[in-house]
Amino acid sequence: MSSEHRLRLGVALEGAGWHPAAWREPSSRPDELFTPEYWVELVRTAEAGLLDFVTIEDSLALQSSAFFEGDSRTDEVRGRLDALLIAARVAPLTSHIGLIPTVTTSHTEPFHVSTGIATLDYTSEGRAGWQAKVSGRVDEAQHFGRRTHPGGSYDDPEVQEFVGELFADATDAVEAVRRLWDSWEDDAEIRDVVTDRFLDAAKVHRVDFEGREFSIRGPSITPRPPQGQPVVAALAHAALPYRFAAGSADLVFVTPLDDRDAARIITEVTALDRTGEPLRVFADLVVALDAPDGETGLDRLARLDSLGRPLVSDTLVVGGSAADLADHLELLAALGYAGARLRPAVTTDDLPRIANDLTPELRRRGVFHDAYEAGTLRGLLGLPERVPNRFATV
Amino acid sequence: MTKQIILAAYVGGVNEHTLWEHPEAGSQIAFSTFKHVAQTAERGRFDYFFLAEGLALRARDGVIFDHDIAGRPDTLAVLASLAAVTSHIGLVGTLNATFNEPYELARQLASLDHLSGGRAGWNVVTSFDAYTGANFRRGGFLPYAERYERAEETVATVRELWDSWNEDAVAADKATGQFLADPSAGAFAHHGRQFDIEGRFTVPRSPQGRPIVVQAGVSPAGRDFAAANSDAIFSPYSRLAEAKDFYADIKQRARNAGRNPDDVKILPGTSFVLGDTQAEAEEKARHVKEQQLTDRTIQVIFEQVWNRDLSDYDPDGPLPDVEPDTTAPDFIQGRALIHGDRHATVAKWRALAEERGYTLRELAHEISGSADYVGTPTRVADQLDAFIQEDGADGVVLGSHLVPSGLDEFVDRVVPLLQERGSLRTEYEGTTLRENLGLPLPDRDGALVSR
Repeated sequence: MSSEHRLRLGVALEGAGWHPAAWREPSSRPDELFTPEYWVELVRTAEAGLLDFVTIEDSLALQSSAFFEGDSRTDEVRGRLDALLIAARVAPLTSHIGLIPTVTTSHTEPFHVSTGIATLDYTSEGRAGWQAKVSGRVDEAQHFGRRTHPGGSYDDPEVQEFVGELFADATDAVEAVRRLWDSWEDDAEIRDVVTDRFLDAAKVHRVDFEGREFSIRGPSITPRPPQGQPVVAALAHAALPYRFAAGSADLVFVTPLDDRDAARIITEVTALDRTGEPLRVFADLVVALDAPDGETGLDRLARLDSLGRPLVSDTLVVGGSAADLADHLELLAALGYAGARLRPAVTTDDLPRIANDLTPELRRRGVFHDAYEAGTLRGLLGLPERVPNRFATV
Repeated sequence: MTKQIILAAYVGGVNEHTLWEHPEAGSQIAFSTFKHVAQTAERGRFDYFFLAEGLALRARDGVIFDHDIAGRPDTLAVLASLAAVTSHIGLVGTLNATFNEPYELARQLASLDHLSGGRAGWNVVTSFDAYTGANFRRGGFLPYAERYERAEETVATVRELWDSWNEDAVAADKATGQFLADPSAGAFAHHGRQFDIEGRFTVPRSPQGRPIVVQAGVSPAGRDFAAANSDAIFSPYSRLAEAKDFYADIKQRARNAGRNPDDVKILPGTSFVLGDTQAEAEEKARHVKEQQLTDRTIQVIFEQVWNRDLSDYDPDGPLPDVEPDTTAPDFIQGRALIHGDRHATVAKWRALAEERGYTLRELAHEISGSADYVGTPTRVADQLDAFIQEDGADGVVLGSHLVPSGLDEFVDRVVPLLQERGSLRTEYEGTTLRENLGLPLPDRDGALVSR
């Protein structure tokens, strides 16, 4: 199997799982969701299955059953830790798997995002990524008091204008962060005792970014991270975020609801204007795998649905065996997808099954690796490991 | 009873005190550097590891300094990674109250507290300089008077957010299906002059209840605020006479604010040089100082106060014959100006140089001070212990001119002596920073619960 053509697989970590009732399963440890040991174990499980990366969900508001606002439910997991810090906590205890925390672009200072992800790249020795996410909710805006959210429904013109601004700012934020990552050239640090120069000042650059909402002079305080440019990812459901991903990201997570949808989306996304490396397109799938005790994935979903609020998903939900899921992944690969990001319905059940059942099945079919073939996340994703610096004059 | 010395290890990393020219100097940015210092400090039973922050590279006349060590990590991300490779030592970092929003600061620090099992601390600083502000959405535009108001309101708001979850708000009862015991867990509303925010906080109450808050406070208002609000104060006084005055003053202000004075720990930053004999240690200290005060560093020290280009002045010659320029924009940027009035400072230095016949270099050596603890391990242990027992402070924050291995010899040679005297623990008392500092666990109403 050539490593260029293998499937890439990631897992999206979200608390006890993507099903609202996941925390009630026997394997779940809902009282450990805020402990480091829980997260370390999950990422180590994913690494044992040779998965390429994990993403860690985050938001500047509590989880909610409503799209734009908070709720007052008490029967689902509420509360979460900062995703970038979870990734940093896990980094020294793992060695190959990519770590892609979500960090929002609408409120967080781009300067802090750039140094935070760059530092994760240092502490993980080249395994950092960033899922750039807009904060589109009313409650998130109220936690900062800086923007006024129009409220209402997504079809309202004011809401659409607001969302348009969020994506314009997200585009600015990614550009500013990427410039900051490049603001030190790789060989800026010279440590020349004879001339008493630690740096070659000509290789440390201002970024002079002027955006719609902010401007940043730079340079960064953090030297260029090991990957040069850590991996930038985005989740996208529609034309506007597709354009954001094509213009700003290395990876995009899309949400096809069926095979036809999957074909339509990849055609739309790959046709967008883009320079440089092709955008790596990953399909998001919620997965509930058959249990060893005979309960099928679909039966598990039905049982979980009956416990409270049923799962409402923005993307395809696959219930079945590891072989069923492998079939679907091969179909996606045939359509041109780089791979998939799997969202475990129940983290503590489906993540081990992905690692222990699905990946051997994919390996038997010759579409997945049997060892980590690169030391960086860029390398695992087939992106060039040496990225030219936009400020280098060579 | 013997007072227990609180020890913290400080990695400056990016300043003129760190000798990158030293043959044993390591990386200022590799994770292995921070890991080495934190693990060494933990081996020496230190209370906490401390990481400073600077949000803009230093510059001279618009050009980045090339002679000092530079390049540092994001404070929070490094501390979270260090939590994975240490088990007891506190993890304290500087985070700026001007260039961060309370909601984010509160969730990051509370997250770090969960991820470290209760070892997080926050050194609160403010900044008003437009040079640093140019890297952020706002802050550079904050009027001088407002930065303290913003800092105080930031700390207060962050505490409100930390207090927004009950200890038992997470029921996680699978049988009944109740995850939250309280549908309003995390609810908060803060309507102040600086922040008008409300909603719900995302992080359940962390192991320490509230992470430790460290502040520096020298002005009377700053002292009152720090004495009333902080768990520890980073003090500028490391010489016994002035340190004792500061110590007594802060403890009294804490009493006046209705606090137990033992609940405010006072810690000056300090440095050391060890030798097998006193003469060897003093010779080493002299050499370190010479290495630190390069011609470029001397020039920058004076250019910052004169606020003009002094490159034509010989460091081995007399002081510049010009007056400081108080109208020009800052000639040196991103380096804290510790001298207030430029004219008064220059006049004071001129008088000193005239009296003693100093050149610029000699004056630089005089004003930049020297390592506080220079001597054999026994002598350093004696002096440090005396400084604490005589109420110069509750402990010290130790830095070294050599990164990352500079702390090793202190831990190997001085720590055992302090332990023999009974002034330093041989095992940690607890697993949280609060427990090890002997600080009470706060309850949500602000009253402190004694242990």
